[in-house]
Amino acid sequence: MSQNKISTDKLNLYYGDNHILKDITIGIRAKAVTALIGPSGCGKSTFLKSLNRMNDLIDGVRIEGTVYLDGKDIYGPQVDVTRLRKRVGMVFQQPNPFPMSIYDNIAYGPKVHGVKSKERLDEIVEQSLRQAAVWEEVENQLRKPALGLSGGQKQRLCIARALAVEPEVLLMDEPTSALDPASTLKVEELINRLKRKYTIIIVTHNMQQAVRVSDDTAFFLLGEMVECGTTDRLFARPTDRRTKEYITGKFG
Amino acid sequence: MMRKLKDDVLLCLIYLAAFLAEFLLIGILAYVFVRGFPHISWHFLTTVTSILEGTVGIAGNIVNTIYMVVLTLAIAVPVGIGSAIYLNEYARPGKVVRLIEFTTQTLSGIPSIIFGLFGMVFFGVTLGLGYSILTGALTLSLMVLPLITRNTQEALKAVPESYRNGAVGMGAGKWYMIRTILLPSAMPGIVTGIILAVGRILGESAALLFTAGSGYFLPRSFGGWFHKLVESGGTLTIQLYLSMEKAQYDTAFGIAVVLLGMVLCLNLVTRVMVSRFEMPKYTDAGGR
Repeated sequence: MSQNKISTDKLNLYYGDNHILKDITIGIRAKAVTALIGPSGCGKSTFLKSLNRMNDLIDGVRIEGTVYLDGKDIYGPQVDVTRLRKRVGMVFQQPNPFPMSIYDNIAYGPKVHGVKSKERLDEIVEQSLRQAAVWEEVENQLRKPALGLSGGQKQRLCIARALAVEPEVLLMDEPTSALDPASTLKVEELINRLKRKYTIIIVTHNMQQAVRVSDDTAFFLLGEMVECGTTDRLFARPTDRRTKEYITGKFG
Repeated sequence: MMRKLKDDVLLCLIYLAAFLAEFLLIGILAYVFVRGFPHISWHFLTTVTSILEGTVGIAGNIVNTIYMVVLTLAIAVPVGIGSAIYLNEYARPGKVVRLIEFTTQTLSGIPSIIFGLFGMVFFGVTLGLGYSILTGALTLSLMVLPLITRNTQEALKAVPESYRNGAVGMGAGKWYMIRTILLPSAMPGIVTGIILAVGRILGESAALLFTAGSGYFLPRSFGGWFHKLVESGGTLTIQLYLSMEKAQYDTAFGIAVVLLGMVLCLNLVTRVMVSRFEMPKYTDAGGR
């Protein structure tokens, strides 16, 4: 399993007395798109957040088991969380550009990680916006507030912002659930392009979306990972009865 | 028919209330202005009262007021913003935080004379600072601290959680996130708190009478400008109170006009500052 970018071994997560994630063991292939599907409250978003330690911010969360990034435990004692989050970037459900200019939004991450030169920042901003397929729409208004963009543009801006720190992995938490169909399509196209360079893990409610964008799919239910495999196989021949019932719309 | 009549009567009453509120305010302003303005002169503003020459001037009080505002803010603003950041971003929500918030709220409702009493006894006597601008400023700092803390806290609470997640998710450290995202977003609220504080400092008399005292001289030498901090110094409001006590109503109204002018300027400055901090087009309306 050397091509796995991320893998987890018996990952358990507790929130207070609630057992949210139960013995999750999974391998995520490098430079592929992995979709996490399942009904609300199944733990897929929580699992996603445990991959760049965003759950650290929440009081009362306890984690057992291990998460490996390139074979190294990200919950290990010497891990620099800032470095980790640079390598494993995140895009959120609600587009969340900062209340500053488009340029400053993209330059924020590089600045966090110590990039100071103006020329270098200019370069990163253009390159990131191009990668996120939003450059043409904003190149003449880089100094304008990012909050003035449309919903779809905001989300692509947030993707550009995440790309600006040159991550290896991109975590996307239902990135299109707040967008209209046209914007959703653009983001999905973008995901298809980005997987050449990045390992992408996307949480989605929408099974058609999982089929459209992902190479692998993992099905979560009640905190367990029920089944995972290539998307084609999982949707065509699910091995678990619960997976079959979910993807055929019996519940969820 | 009855309903229509009822509506009309109510409407009349509302207009009357609005008119009264406006009229009273404008009336007071106009009265003070008319009574006070004739007594304002260059001499009145730039000299100090001299019994030998028989002249009246408030230059010393103006300087004292500026000292008081600057010094109080210099103490209260960093402490107030710091404690708001601590309470909102670092402290674990729970009993202690709620207790501190409750205390802060209570503190802002205490009559100012009690702050004066405490300031006189603690800063003046126990710490030996006597009647001085420093004693007054320390006392006022305690008084305006809740204003600044609360306003900052409210402003911080209003910053969407998604900004925090966005910054932290990119690897920003907590303090970096606070400095680059939270404080700029919260700036209008913070500025509002500071302006309210300045308003209270300008208007305060009870808490200052027995802490900063009523000195009204200008420093005579360069070093005197520093020494002034530990000397007694009455603000404009204190001088206004003393003039009233001595039935010098002309002087009192003159000072009142100066104070009103200061408050008016302050409000204008606030508006400009807040509107500069609030970036335009920040609605989520979508289009450009």
